[in-house]
Amino acid sequence: MTDKPAGMTLIIKTVCRLLVGLILLYGIYIILHGHLSPGGGFGGGVVLALGLLAVLLAYGREETLNWLRLGLLKDLEHASPLAFLLVGLAGVAWGGAFLANILSKGRLFALLSSGLILPLNVVIGLKVGLSLFLVVLAMAEFDLDKGAEE
Amino acid sequence: MPIETWLTFLLGFMILGSIVALEIKDILSSIVAIGVVGLAVSLAFLFLQAPDLAVVQFLFEIFALIILVRTFIRKDFHVMEKASSGRWIIGFTLIGLAAVFLLSLKVFRVLPPFGEPLMETSRYYLEHGAADTGAANIVAGIILDYRAFDTLGEVTVLLTAILGTLTVLRFRARDGKGGGR
Repeated sequence: MTDKPAGMTLIIKTVCRLLVGLILLYGIYIILHGHLSPGGGFGGGVVLALGLLAVLLAYGREETLNWLRLGLLKDLEHASPLAFLLVGLAGVAWGGAFLANILSKGRLFALLSSGLILPLNVVIGLKVGLSLFLVVLAMAEFDLDKGAEE
Repeated sequence: MPIETWLTFLLGFMILGSIVALEIKDILSSIVAIGVVGLAVSLAFLFLQAPDLAVVQFLFEIFALIILVRTFIRKDFHVMEKASSGRWIIGFTLIGLAAVFLLSLKVFRVLPPFGEPLMETSRYYLEHGAADTGAANIVAGIILDYRAFDTLGEVTVLLTAILGTLTVLRFRARDGKGGGR
């Protein structure tokens, strides 16, 4: 396998560069429409992770980390459960119960409806996507460091 | 064709795929067979009218395939030695499975028939879900409104998993080379 820092061939890199935006957009669409159509935070988060994973596989670790800021990803990833907790505590403060749905429910089938379900979907999507991507990144780093010993 | 026929066909397909995954020598073919089983699970969810689960199962299957292939492809796992399990282990397993099956026959009789669940809480969710939560997708309404506390638990599980992975892999990488990034 010739995937040292250089990544894969030019064809794969080009196709990946063209497609990754669409993949991420599709993931965001699934997350944002989680309360209207099948999908939601978990499914959309996995789509995000797969999009980032395509970049990682095509370009290798170094270039991916030049493109993405690893510290920011980690901070977002660790902050999303806290955001979930804060939403729940807001429910305690204004609704009287943990995770009470305090925003207005809106009109059925509208994008901005169903109160807190939309922000919770966004939080879960971030969490799932970044978690899966970071796990793969950690495994890739581990492999690379072992390979460098030869 | 009734849905039970499709499901039986899919289940047989999954059992076949699992046996192939266990018995085949080449590790890459084995991984592909596992992926076939997972995609059949996703199809089964579609037949049972659970598109949310089907989407998540499908995507996770692809993700797991990529991880498995990437982990195993670069090591020398291509040829596996045949495990020298004695024939009596298989016999014991079969006897145990048969015993569990016979003991659980009584439970099967109590279960509701296929396609007619009990619908005690679910009926309430289906009737009041849209008005209570304002979500058109009842699955999102259940997991993020009625049972949002459960979902918090799942997010905590993910957080623990990623912290454990990062910690273990980071320590090993430092041991190997003296500090990665």
